[in-house]
Amino acid sequence: MSNKILSVRGLSRIHGEQCPLCISSTGPEHDTNMCSHCGSVVAAHDVNFDLYRGEILGIIGESGSGKSSTVKMLYFDDMPTAGSATFYDGDVQHDMFALNAAQQRSMRNKRFGMVYQNPHLGLNFQISAGGNIAERLLMSDLRHYVEIRTRAGDLLARTEVSRARMDQNPKTFSGGMQQRVQIAKALATQPPLLFLDEVTTGLDLSVQAAILDLILEIQHELGTAMIVVTHDLGVIRLLAGRTLVMKHGRVIESGLTDQILEDPQHAYTQRLVASAL
Amino acid sequence: MNAHYELPLEDAGYSFGFLDEYAKKEVRRCILKAISIPGYQTPYASREMPMGRGFGTGGLQLTLSLIGEDDTLKVIDQGSDDSVNAVNLRQFVQLTCPGVDVTEKTQEATLIQSRHRIPEKMLTEEQILVLQVPYPDALVVVEPSEARRKVMHGEADYSRLLVKLYEDVVRFDEITISHRYPTRINGHYVIDPSPIPRWDVPRLHQSPALVLLGAGREKKIYAVPPYTVAEPLVFDDIAFRVEDFRDANGQRIACRCCGSTVSFLDELIDDAGNITHQCSDSTYCEEQQETISARKRA
Amino acid sequence: MSYVAIKGGKAAIDGAAATTDYLRCKGGLQEPLTLAMIEEQLRLLTSRVVSEGGLYHPRLAALALKQFQGDTLEAAFALRAYRSTKPRLLESPVQDTANMRCIRRISSAFKEVPGGQYLGATYDYALRLLQLDLANEDPAAFKAVAKSFLQDTPDSEVPDNFPKVIDALRAEGLLPPVAPSRAAAFDITRDPLVFPVPRSAALATMARAETGGLLAMAYSNMRGYGDVHPTVAELRVGYLPVMLPHPVTGELMEAGEVLVTECEVVAMYEGTNGDELPTFTLGYGACFGHNEVKAISMAILDRALQKGMQDGPTNPSEDPEFVLLHVDGVDSMGFASHYKMPHYVTFQSDMDRLRTTQQKMKEQDTEETA
Repeated sequence: MSNKILSVRGLSRIHGEQCPLCISSTGPEHDTNMCSHCGSVVAAHDVNFDLYRGEILGIIGESGSGKSSTVKMLYFDDMPTAGSATFYDGDVQHDMFALNAAQQRSMRNKRFGMVYQNPHLGLNFQISAGGNIAERLLMSDLRHYVEIRTRAGDLLARTEVSRARMDQNPKTFSGGMQQRVQIAKALATQPPLLFLDEVTTGLDLSVQAAILDLILEIQHELGTAMIVVTHDLGVIRLLAGRTLVMKHGRVIESGLTDQILEDPQHAYTQRLVASAL
Repeated sequence: MNAHYELPLEDAGYSFGFLDEYAKKEVRRCILKAISIPGYQTPYASREMPMGRGFGTGGLQLTLSLIGEDDTLKVIDQGSDDSVNAVNLRQFVQLTCPGVDVTEKTQEATLIQSRHRIPEKMLTEEQILVLQVPYPDALVVVEPSEARRKVMHGEADYSRLLVKLYEDVVRFDEITISHRYPTRINGHYVIDPSPIPRWDVPRLHQSPALVLLGAGREKKIYAVPPYTVAEPLVFDDIAFRVEDFRDANGQRIACRCCGSTVSFLDELIDDAGNITHQCSDSTYCEEQQETISARKRA
Repeated sequence: MSYVAIKGGKAAIDGAAATTDYLRCKGGLQEPLTLAMIEEQLRLLTSRVVSEGGLYHPRLAALALKQFQGDTLEAAFALRAYRSTKPRLLESPVQDTANMRCIRRISSAFKEVPGGQYLGATYDYALRLLQLDLANEDPAAFKAVAKSFLQDTPDSEVPDNFPKVIDALRAEGLLPPVAPSRAAAFDITRDPLVFPVPRSAALATMARAETGGLLAMAYSNMRGYGDVHPTVAELRVGYLPVMLPHPVTGELMEAGEVLVTECEVVAMYEGTNGDELPTFTLGYGACFGHNEVKAISMAILDRALQKGMQDGPTNPSEDPEFVLLHVDGVDSMGFASHYKMPHYVTFQSDMDRLRTTQQKMKEQDTEETA
């Protein structure tokens, strides 16, 4: 059995009308992702990568680079205009974009987890922190109240949210704690694959460090594969074994994170690394 | 219209069953679909009836589409044959369906239209129960958009409804849904069983009688076919509980009229401010009283 | 002890009916209202009822207004219920409103329009000062008003038809051409609304919507919960000949005419597909009877809903479910009224839950203090 969990090929997303010149007139060499002929935006084009069990893959780039678009498609928040993705779930392979909407929602609810930069996207602020986690457990057909309570409490404890706050509404929580609840919720179904989209952006440095530690611990304990999207080289350096660098919708460089940081090939990556030092 | 125009008065006569035959046939087709997909809310072109939306127009369209001259009809509201709305509906059916018999006796009826109650007496395979429905969709409390609710029903995704129950238990140590208790039919669709008390929900389960539910304003028909699984939505370790009619000492309160301790009770406050109880199902209560007096005579 | 709580339903209903009818006839009046009086002198009231009842029968509308003592919701409701007893015999072909015999026609988009502005009957520029001489109107003077108006207004002054303003805008390329193929209109009396619904379903629903409800939705858009910013290209009121196929020959022939108010609003242009030139966008409103506020509200909402259907709603007035499921007078008034019915059983269940919860909380408190 291969250790592969995800295989992405030719993934593309173009917003708007498409014309035959969209691809040739956008990208890093044109310094834009907007087609000058028809005005379409090439959010992502021809993204390819493989992800292995327990691995953390980083995607770094500035806003508009296509890093979040890529993750959104893989989490079914958006549909690609071209390309494919295969999810290897145990012995079963799923051609992700060939699944119907119900199958996609089921995969997303039970096999994937997502942590958004904005906790309002990932959490329901009308219900308690525990209720948020319960919702995911209920989606995967757990119907035992005491077990749901125990599991939710354990998950919150694991992400260092006090059990005493379990029945409180997350809107009363600090930003760092809201992210911890999001992570607990994402982990509720023990998914083999987790997406993290700028999860530490906007948090205090000390809170950032604690969240990043937590993510690493989870990876070690549970062997969860993750895709970490960020514009912060520090996050990549700490978390990701391998990294894709994206700009204007294209992957301009990819490889082992250490290698990219030591010996960046693309001029953009060189600037990025230089500015971070 | 010119001032000398006269309304043709003979036009006001109504055909059997009020609705035109095409409309009744369409409703019957929807009923068949609803029975074929237990618990599924079948949309239909609900007609305007001569009583208010919300007064049982959905149930009435079912009744009028099904009723024939051989039928015997019972109409109840709040368990009583004589409450204003029941009287009103029964009179309307009698007016527009000449030849149809009406009864107050549950066992005599072939068709029973009811609002908010299922009769205490067990129904049979020969009977159809029509329930009037104000809100057909149990998901409306967690999702206002009908289009999105339709997808959730299709995928049997009731997690948000269950989260509401979870939050209830967390906050109150109790599920606070008092009536209209979400009930899962045949393992898939969760229905709003109409505003019957929780007391009546277990009687939907494996009911020998066909149960049809009609929402006139919301334009939906759904069904619990005979001998179908109907389970209130609960957690595995928290039991579904019906209304509790025990007094402070834990004694079951009896009906003040017939003495029954096994029926759903109405609570009454008399002029002196005392609380008393009597059966909500008036026919059941009267029959109990007759049985008692017959026994006394004997 | 007998069943006191809700016994006596039949007697109560009969009593209520008698009391209501007494109120209709009290006051020592000599004459009941005639249907013609209601239809003519309260023509705008009759208009509301034919439009909201979705049945063009002004005399029945007048009867309903008389019976329900001026309640437009109830009167419209009675027309709907009457209509439920009638089968649908045929589907009419598209009626061309250019053939309308106008009694009023204006455009606020152009100072001059082909055919000219024709103010007709309107209160728009009337001073809302109570006309106290109407309090005791002399029957002779009343008759004289109509007579002298007709004498002073020769037929030749009123053209039979007016060309449509939007046809001129179309000819100039300022509006998109009429889409060539059109699906059969959605019949809301025969099919339930299952969202998403086609535009024809939305138009039909609004055409028989309750005037006040429709106005409130449209007003929210006008005030800023939306951005239609309409210009009334044309508002016309008049008698539209209804052309129906002859049952034997199939040839179209005039079966009668209906009083209709029609409004077309033009809104600003939006981005287009590919090479097409941008054009203004159009909102359409039409209803039975003379009801200009309703036709304008409907036209604005039509535009707003088209936008919502295309791009997703950003305001309540652009959300088809929100607008279409809440503007029907018969549905909404029925449901508001139904709360007056007995709810003993459900309230019993409510009390059961509250008492159990109170009891549990008391027990918890005792445990905590113990």
